[in-house]
Amino acid sequence: MASKLTLSNRAGWTFVLPGFALISAFIVLPFFFAIGLSSTNQRLLSPNPTQFVGLENYQQLLGLAVVTLEPERDDAGEMLRNEAGEIQYPRLREITRSEAYPQYRGMREWFRWQSGENVMIVIASDVVFMKALVNTFLFVLVVAPVQGSLALMLALLINHKVRGINLFRTIYFMPVVVSIVVVSLLWRFIYDGQNGLLNSILQALTFGLFQPVDWLGNPSTALPAVMAMSIWQAVGFHMVIWLAGLQTISPTLYEAAAIEGASRWQTFRYVTWPGLRNTAVLVLVVITMQGFALFAQIDVMTNGGPLDSTQTLVFQAVERGYGKQDISGGSTISVILFAIVLAISLIQRWLTRER
Amino acid sequence: MAEVSLKGVKKSFGRVEIIKGVDIHINDGEFVVFVGPSGCGKSTLLRMIAGLEDITEGTLEIGGRVVNQLQPKQRGVAMVFQSYAIFPHMTVRENIAFGLTIARASKQEKQQKVAEAARILQMEHLLDRRPSQLSGGQRQRVAIGRAITRKPAVFLFDEPLSNLDAALRMDMRMEIGRLRRQLGTTMIYVTHDQVEAMTLADRIVVLKDGQVMQIGAPMELYHEPANRFVAGFLGAPSMNFLNVDVLDLDGEAAMVGNQSLEPIRVATRGRPFRKGGKAILGVRPQYLRAVQSGKGLLHGIVAHAERLGSETVVDLSLRDNSELIAAFDEDKVFEPGDALELTFDTALAHLFPDEGELQTH
Repeated sequence: MASKLTLSNRAGWTFVLPGFALISAFIVLPFFFAIGLSSTNQRLLSPNPTQFVGLENYQQLLGLAVVTLEPERDDAGEMLRNEAGEIQYPRLREITRSEAYPQYRGMREWFRWQSGENVMIVIASDVVFMKALVNTFLFVLVVAPVQGSLALMLALLINHKVRGINLFRTIYFMPVVVSIVVVSLLWRFIYDGQNGLLNSILQALTFGLFQPVDWLGNPSTALPAVMAMSIWQAVGFHMVIWLAGLQTISPTLYEAAAIEGASRWQTFRYVTWPGLRNTAVLVLVVITMQGFALFAQIDVMTNGGPLDSTQTLVFQAVERGYGKQDISGGSTISVILFAIVLAISLIQRWLTRER
Repeated sequence: MAEVSLKGVKKSFGRVEIIKGVDIHINDGEFVVFVGPSGCGKSTLLRMIAGLEDITEGTLEIGGRVVNQLQPKQRGVAMVFQSYAIFPHMTVRENIAFGLTIARASKQEKQQKVAEAARILQMEHLLDRRPSQLSGGQRQRVAIGRAITRKPAVFLFDEPLSNLDAALRMDMRMEIGRLRRQLGTTMIYVTHDQVEAMTLADRIVVLKDGQVMQIGAPMELYHEPANRFVAGFLGAPSMNFLNVDVLDLDGEAAMVGNQSLEPIRVATRGRPFRKGGKAILGVRPQYLRAVQSGKGLLHGIVAHAERLGSETVVDLSLRDNSELIAAFDEDKVFEPGDALELTFDTALAHLFPDEGELQTH
């Protein structure tokens, strides 16, 4: 039946308007703002007029170079060694501050490795950003497969018609309902280096042999700790998506597989997994995007530390834009992140396309 | 190839008993059809044979081996489902070879057996298609193909044609009949369609409320139904049942009649009746013949007539207001309101005890 709503264009637009306006104001507009601001030197509060700087912000963030340091030699050409017998090299500063190399000006060491008697040093114009970039990728690379497969396992476990199964579904889903900020606060206590729950449990399990670790205060454990907590927090959400996918698979297919003599693994391989294809794409893309957006956990638990070992892109964007009032810098990071996530999503879609 | 034997088989879901003690013996190479109205437990019984449902009580033997506790794959059965249950992401070839893939058969063996199945089912040209590119009948043929590649001892069909349209159903019915002659394997076939049952079966098992009503060859069931249920279930249009009074009884026959039926003698076939009591007379619509006024056994008025070309089905209202269906095997015109007298061969009529009557005595 044709009503006024379906006939009248004006009524339709009126209904669309509020949502459209909100999305425009808070998503579309800021998106274009970010792109625009990333090519200026805009600051949050500044007496100076804004200037167009082109791609300078991007150069500032992405600038990378490799320099080779040769050993210092004496007049005879012999390598100089210190008391411990280590080869002596010129200081990096002598290059990055030298008038002879204006292109390296202001860059700092990111990491170095030994190559024969020389030392290769990767220098970056923004080392913190580079660390954030690497940490973010590491986070996604670990969290996406682990969280996705754990969620699938849970979904397979709870996809049974057993008494009380809803209790388990609820328990697994509970962390999703709790605010990530609250969860992060609680996990800060769990990870506490003095008398945190995790240390206590590990000590109890090893009869006191385990040496307490300051999980969030140690550069080598901080990021894994954040990963573990993040996986735990959102695994229930993806479990529910998997569960929905599992329930679309016709039970007769399982019966047919049983009659044909398929083992549990074969049933999974030939019936369940192919039936979950579309769900898998969805879960993968969602986890990846959530992973790249890692912020709240870092903000509450580590503030990017210790020693920048938990810096992430979004945390850096916020930190710069508001902490350091460098709006253009923050915008630039946002745009780079957007490009990365878009590229990865497209690649994932292409890899998982229908063949 | 194997015999299948059910002894005192029962099935309960919680407190509800679905199968209430079934004894059936199926011979090697026999084609047996389980038939009954929906909810009679025929599919459950088949699924119990397949191993998809537990057997609560009784024993099930396949090939002389008790298989109650065995997994489906160990029972040597193959099953064809109503919803086809073919894997949407596999090609026809992969679907047919599924059982072989599971058994890790060699590529060569797979190729050979798929080719053989495709030849039997005449679907060589479809092997590289996906299920979404097939019609319903073709999909069901893929499912049958998957079943025959494994050379099972027993084939189980769970309403395989119910999802197909009428024309296709007839084709597939004939195909299954042909397949059956070609393979000679024991087959158990579940359907609610009596035409499938009558045309395919060596023996039919009629089920109602989880109990066997009668087992026998199709014509045996048609001509000598053991009870009113079987009599009414087989045959289309279904048998007419008239409430009659038992006027007289002698050794093998009873004299029955009512307001609209002249007294006739009908064989009791050993069933219990009581003189002066009630009984139910069953007459198939096809056995009724229209006769001139004054010579009929039944008197009625035409309420409605359907002309099918080769047959004319007439709905009559009898003198006692009961309804009667008559099917004449010729094209004839009847007008509603016409008075009609009918006769029939009383040897082809069946007399059943009135169930209400039985309960009160």
